[in-house]
Amino acid sequence: MKLQPQEDRKRFQRLRRGLLKTQQSLTLPLERLFKGKRAFQEAALEQLEEILIEADVGVATTREIIDSLQEKINKEPSLSGSALKEHVKDHILSLLQVGREAATQLPSDALQVVLVVGVNGSGKTTTIAKMAYQLKEEGKKALLCAADTFRAAAIEQLEIWAERVGVGVVKGKSGSDPAAVVFDAIRAAIARGMDFLIIDTAGRLHTKRNLMNELEKIRRIIGREVTGAPQEVLLVLDAMTGQNGISQAEEFLKFSGVTGVVLAKLDGTAKGGVAVAIARSFGLPIKYVGVGEGLDDLLEFSPPEFVEALFSSNEELISCPD
Amino acid sequence: MFERLTERLEQVFKRLRGYGKLKEHHIDEALRQIRVVLLEADVNFKVVKEFIAKVKEKSLGERVLESFTPTQQVVKIVRDELIELLGGEKSDLIFSSKAPSILMLVGLQGSGKTTTAGKLGKWLRKRNHSPLLVSTDVHRPAAQEQLKVVAEESGLPVFSDNSSSPLKVCFNSVKIAKREGYDVVVVDTAGRMHVNKELMDELSILKKEIQPTEVLFVADAMTGQDAVRSAKVFNESLDLTGIILTKLDGDARGGAALSIKSVTEKPIKFIGVGERYDDLEPFYPERIVSRILGMGDVLSLIEKAEAAIDRKEAQELEEKIRNESFTLEDFQSQLRHIGKMGPLSQILSLFPGSTKLKGMDLPDVNEADLKRIEAIINSMTREERLNHTIINGSRRKRIARGSGTSVQEVNRLLRQFAQTKRMIKQLNLISQGRRGIKLPLPFFNGN
Repeated sequence: MKLQPQEDRKRFQRLRRGLLKTQQSLTLPLERLFKGKRAFQEAALEQLEEILIEADVGVATTREIIDSLQEKINKEPSLSGSALKEHVKDHILSLLQVGREAATQLPSDALQVVLVVGVNGSGKTTTIAKMAYQLKEEGKKALLCAADTFRAAAIEQLEIWAERVGVGVVKGKSGSDPAAVVFDAIRAAIARGMDFLIIDTAGRLHTKRNLMNELEKIRRIIGREVTGAPQEVLLVLDAMTGQNGISQAEEFLKFSGVTGVVLAKLDGTAKGGVAVAIARSFGLPIKYVGVGEGLDDLLEFSPPEFVEALFSSNEELISCPD
Repeated sequence: MFERLTERLEQVFKRLRGYGKLKEHHIDEALRQIRVVLLEADVNFKVVKEFIAKVKEKSLGERVLESFTPTQQVVKIVRDELIELLGGEKSDLIFSSKAPSILMLVGLQGSGKTTTAGKLGKWLRKRNHSPLLVSTDVHRPAAQEQLKVVAEESGLPVFSDNSSSPLKVCFNSVKIAKREGYDVVVVDTAGRMHVNKELMDELSILKKEIQPTEVLFVADAMTGQDAVRSAKVFNESLDLTGIILTKLDGDARGGAALSIKSVTEKPIKFIGVGERYDDLEPFYPERIVSRILGMGDVLSLIEKAEAAIDRKEAQELEEKIRNESFTLEDFQSQLRHIGKMGPLSQILSLFPGSTKLKGMDLPDVNEADLKRIEAIINSMTREERLNHTIINGSRRKRIARGSGTSVQEVNRLLRQFAQTKRMIKQLNLISQGRRGIKLPLPFFNGN
């Protein structure tokens, strides 16, 4: 699935706004760290380690970045602060680039099925609404499928969103078999000549074996009905998630063949650093970021912009209130 | 819950025990490892820093190294400090002397407020309160609807008013509570970002107007380093009275619990440990720390069993457990009870040394499985049920045929039964310890 890039400037600003809090806690101390210090001492490295850890990048990934920086210093002790800063930036960037080249080129005539999975409360339904909105803006025909038959009022929630966006939704009864709903939705999508079918699944903790098996079943049915589908399986991850995100990615990857990550709720103070660790561990690209509650607050994820926004020291941004 | 944290800490202590004579640098090394373990469990790095500093100071201060059992001393210090970090004593819900008491649930989007409202209502109902649920979430689509369904599913009354403001909805619900004799009103508020000033202000006005007895911050156990920031802002603008930690039934390492408590200085009152409305437990810092340190949580286990099994049966079971005459028949009836107690994996996590059971083939019991297991056991002779060791290959074949299952399934059941027996043996050791003989803590003797 490919969302049309919005007007570049607008988008960059929005991403930066979403990342503003990230800036203040990550960039500023970094700035202080890199300015005016010629050689890095143990203390400085330790401080950098803490900054990355506080961004939820995780111990292992942080260690890797720090070690590589240490190596760099050993080799070229006279490197300037800004060169070292570039080094850290490039390192994070290279971690985020993993798996992106392999982005699937979708044949445009078949029905594009997007399966959306994630733990409870990560932001799946809202993300789907935003996706449907963008597709509609692009003139694509999208249908939603409410396959969360478990959580109270989940179907109603998606219905209200669908109505706001102006797209159709296929639903089953609360408590019914989600796989059957998915089956119906695929048939309906094909019959109505839809371009996209976006499937909302029940939030499930990745440790619940039965529920994960259910996802596998849903996936099987999709594959049987539409060859090559689901073309996208998106794992929606709350940006606040800590190191548990790694194990979420691992399990959802195993059971539903996740193709990418959506980092939701990036408009808070959370930095979503665990996404860096996920990219590093599983080669899973981050595809979209959610930066607000508006329907147009879903942005295509771009590693250079992400890292740039992370490191750019912009007066206007700095003076913004917390 | 906390499994990985437990596992990792056990490794650290095991290594520590391996040294013939404990030196200061050994402790330093162990502390460095504990630091990594805590950071990987998402405990905030500042909290970790303070924690490590405290443990270090005490480890060196109490002449630990000169004692006969230095490793035990270090473990004890870590344990005490963890309990301290989690708030020491258990903290109960506060009720107003003038009914109705108002419990207000606040938190970020997706933290689990609405589900928790249902669980809390059910918990209150069980303790002879008469709760009324109300949702002031006019923002999120179908939020009111969700609480209605939650209330219906958990058999609780709910007040709903789609048309008006959060404040009006609250006032009206309190009026109704007074008129109809509900003594507790559980207020579910809209999830919001702590950086959204407008919505935070709305919340503090709501609080000022309705004067709740409790303002409970509902937090997702999977939250990372940012947990401290959101908790801090919520606490500063609302002066929380307590915390409810949700989604602890996953494999979250629960570090957020330590961070949030530490930054707000407010007690954790409940934890959500499953998807059923019964899956809300009061929070006992000491018991949780025992779980974290792999010492098991026998007290919670006993309470759970008592809630699910009737008294007489419990006594019979206890008798059988004590003299280890637990048979397949008992196993069958236990499996039925387990349905009531919650998932087996959750029960087993309360046992001491439960992380060592990892990789064992533990049944995730559901209704269909239970029926098959019953069929297998029903196809055994009485003799076989009383003494499973006589079940040889040909008996297994016969049982499989009789129950319409396969020999593999029969084998699996027998294996699970043998494991249960082993667990019971372990439980016996512990309860003997509680009578003052010897506490076989897994750390202390390296078993």
